[in-house]
Amino acid sequence: MKISKLSALAVTTALCAPSAFAEEMANELTLVSWGGAYQASQQKAYVEPYLAQNPGVKVIWDESSAEAVAKIRAMNEAGNVTWDLVDAVASDSMRLCDEGLAEEINHDEDLAAAPDGTPASEDFGDLIVSDCFVPQIVYSTTFGYRTDLIDKPETVCAIFDTEKYPGKRSLQKRPIDNLEWALYCDGVAKDEIYDVLGTDEGVERALAKLGSIKDQVVWWTAGAETPQLLADGEVVMGSTYNGRLFSAIAEQDQPIGMLWDMQSFDLDGWVVPAGLPADRKARVMDFLKFATDTQRLADQAAYISYGPARASSAPLVGKHAELGIDMAPHMPTDPANAGNVHVYDYEWWADNRDDLNAKFQAWLAK
Amino acid sequence: MSDITQSGPVLAADGRPLKRSLARALRMQKLRALLLIAPLLLFILVTFILPVADMLFRSVENRIVQDTLPRTVEVLADWDPASGQLPEEAAFAALAADLKDAANVKTHTKVAKRLNYENPGLSSVFRKSGRKVKNWDIANDGPFREKLIDLNDGWGDVELWRTIKTYSSSFTSGYFLNAVDMRLGADGPEIRPENERIYNTMLIRTMRMSLIITFSCILLGYPVAWILANLPARKANLLMILVLLPFWTSLLVRTSAWKILLQQQGVINDTLVWIGLVDDANRLVLINNELGTIIAMTHILLPFMILPMYSVMQTINPTYLRAAKSLGATDWTAFWRVYFPQTVPGIGAGSILVFILAVGYYITPALVGGTKGTFISNLIAYHISTSGNWGLGAALGAILLAVVLALYWVYDKIVGIDNVKLG
Repeated sequence: MKISKLSALAVTTALCAPSAFAEEMANELTLVSWGGAYQASQQKAYVEPYLAQNPGVKVIWDESSAEAVAKIRAMNEAGNVTWDLVDAVASDSMRLCDEGLAEEINHDEDLAAAPDGTPASEDFGDLIVSDCFVPQIVYSTTFGYRTDLIDKPETVCAIFDTEKYPGKRSLQKRPIDNLEWALYCDGVAKDEIYDVLGTDEGVERALAKLGSIKDQVVWWTAGAETPQLLADGEVVMGSTYNGRLFSAIAEQDQPIGMLWDMQSFDLDGWVVPAGLPADRKARVMDFLKFATDTQRLADQAAYISYGPARASSAPLVGKHAELGIDMAPHMPTDPANAGNVHVYDYEWWADNRDDLNAKFQAWLAK
Repeated sequence: MSDITQSGPVLAADGRPLKRSLARALRMQKLRALLLIAPLLLFILVTFILPVADMLFRSVENRIVQDTLPRTVEVLADWDPASGQLPEEAAFAALAADLKDAANVKTHTKVAKRLNYENPGLSSVFRKSGRKVKNWDIANDGPFREKLIDLNDGWGDVELWRTIKTYSSSFTSGYFLNAVDMRLGADGPEIRPENERIYNTMLIRTMRMSLIITFSCILLGYPVAWILANLPARKANLLMILVLLPFWTSLLVRTSAWKILLQQQGVINDTLVWIGLVDDANRLVLINNELGTIIAMTHILLPFMILPMYSVMQTINPTYLRAAKSLGATDWTAFWRVYFPQTVPGIGAGSILVFILAVGYYITPALVGGTKGTFISNLIAYHISTSGNWGLGAALGAILLAVVLALYWVYDKIVGIDNVKLG
C-alpha cells in the first residue's frame, strides 16, 4: 500500500515536472503563411522587429497556408505537429477550431490591449469569428480588368456579359464567392443570396449562370495567377485578392484597373495548432502578443493594401513604405471602395462547404 | 560403376548425403545474396510497400462512425430502415448523448464529414446540432425525439438514420463505390444522381488521353530513334544530347515553358498572327484544355519512348535490310517486313513506360489542362491535400493501380512481356 502511494507520488511529480519549466521558451518558431507580397509584409512589420528584441530566436517560414487544414489534420493524426503558428483565412480557422485542431485563444489575456487600454476582444470586435482565431487583416476578393482591352466595367456582372466585355475571365477554382456573384447577377437580391443557395434549385441556378461563361473561364488556385494572366493579356478580367492587384497596379505599373463592386470581404489571421509542447507554445504566445498589437498591425499596412484588423490601428495607417503613396484609398474598407460589398457568410459556408465542393467539382469536370 | 547399383544415397566426401550438402551450400549462397540486397529490400518495404498497404487499408477502413456514435450504433442495430418509420426514442436519446460527448471533444465534425460523403447535406445537420446539443443535460432533458427534430428537420428524415446505420460497420465499400460514382442505398449499391457523377468520366478520360499521348510519342519518337541509330556515332551523340537535355530539365520548367508558348498571347499564336495564318481576334486555344495536356505531356514523355527504341534499333544489323533489297524488296517492303518487326520490342517497352507514367501524371495536367484536360490523379491530389477525403483518394488510387496492373496483364497476353527490350 505504502509502495503504491509512493510510486503514485513519484509519477505525479514526474508528470508535473515539465510544467514547472513551462516558462522556458523554445528558440525556434515555425510560421506558416501565403508567400509573396503578403508574407513579406509580415516579415517586415513584425518578424524583424521581434527578432531585433529577441536576438536568440530563429524564425522559419513555411508557405503552405493554402493547404493549412489538410496539413494540420495530417500532422495531428501523425502526432507530430511541426508548425507553431499558422496564418489562415477565417473559414479555415473555424474548421480547425470545430475539429479541435487549433488552440482556443483567450483574446483579452493572450493579446495586447490597445494603447488607450481597450481590451483586445473589444478592439478586434466582430472580427473574432472563432475562438481559435486572432485576426490580422481585412482583405477582399475583388476583380481586376485590363484598362486597354475592355471598357471600364461598372458592376461585377460584367464578368457574365461576354458581349460587351469579350475575352477570357479568371475565377477561383472553388464555389465560394463565385456562386454568390452568379446569383447576384442572375437577379437575386443581396440579402437573399444564402436563402436561395440553401436550396438545390438555387445551387443549380447559380451553376447554370456560371455555365453561361464556363468556356471563357480560366480557373485559378494561387493568388498570383490572376495578376499574371492579366499582365499577359490572357484574360481581360479576373478575381483575386485586392493586395495582389494593388501590387500589380501600383508597384509594377501594369495596365490594370480595380473593380470594387461586390468585393467579397474576408479575414485572415493567426491560428495556433493544438497540442504544442509547453516551451514552444510559450514562445508562440509571446510572439503572438507582440505581432498583433496596435502598432504592428498598422505597420503592416505600410507594405500591403490590406486593412488592419484592430480598430485602434486604423488611424495609424499611413503611407506606403517604399512608394510613399497614401495607403488609405487602396484599402478595401475605404468608404469610396466599400459602396457595394459582399460580406460572405463564414458560418453558412462552414456548414455547407463539403456539399457544395462536391457539386462544384463534379460540375467543373463535366 | 558400382555406385550406380548402390541403393543408398550418394555421399559427399565428408560422408553426408550429397543432396543435403548441396542444399546447404545453396542455402548459404541464397542467404548471402539476401543479405546483400537486404538494405534495399528494407528500404522498399518501409518507403513503398508499407505506405501503399496503408493507403489501401484506408480505402476500406471505417471505424469513425462506431467510435464516435457507439450508443446510437448499438440501438440502431435492431431498427429496420426498410420500414420507413423513424427509429424509437431510444435511438434519439442515444444520439443526443453521443453527440454531446462528441461535440465536447470536437469529433462530431469528423463523423459529419464522413457521413456527408455518402449523403450530401448531413454535414450541416451534425455541425449545426452539435453546437446546441453540447449544452443539453442528457439525464433530464428528454425525450429527445421532438427536441432534435425541432433543432433541425434533418433528424426527422429516415434517410439520415439509414445512412448512419449503413455506415456503422468497421469496414466499408463506400469509398470504392463512391470512386465509381455509386453509393450504398436502401437496396444495395446504386448509381449516384447525375450532378454528383464525376469519377468514371475522369477515369475514362485519363485512359483515353494517356493512349493518345502514347501514340503521339510513338509517331514522333520512331523517326528520331531511327535517325539516332543510323547516323555515324559522332553526329548521333550530338543529337542524343538534344534528346537528353530536355529529359534532364525540371518538369516544372518545361511545363511553364509550354504555358508561355501555347497561351493565346503566347509565342505560337503571336507568330501565326504575324504571318497572317490566324486572325488576331480568333487566336487558337491551345492551352487550358485537352490539347494543351496532350502537347505538353507528349513532349515531356518523349525521351521515355525514344531511348528504349533507340537501344533496340542499334542492335539491328543493317545487313538484313541490304539482304532484303538484294532479294528484290522495295524500300517499303524491306522496312515493313524486315526492319519494323525487329523494333517492336522497343516500341513495346517505350509504350509501357510512357503509358504508365502518363496515367499517374498530375503536375502537368494541373498547370496546362484547365478543367477538361485534367486527369484522375488531379482528383486524387485534390482529395488528399485539399478536401481531406483520404479514403476516397485512396480508393481512387487503388482503382488506378488495379487498372494499370490489368492493362499490363493484357499487354503481356497480346505482345508478351518477354518481347519487351530496354536494350
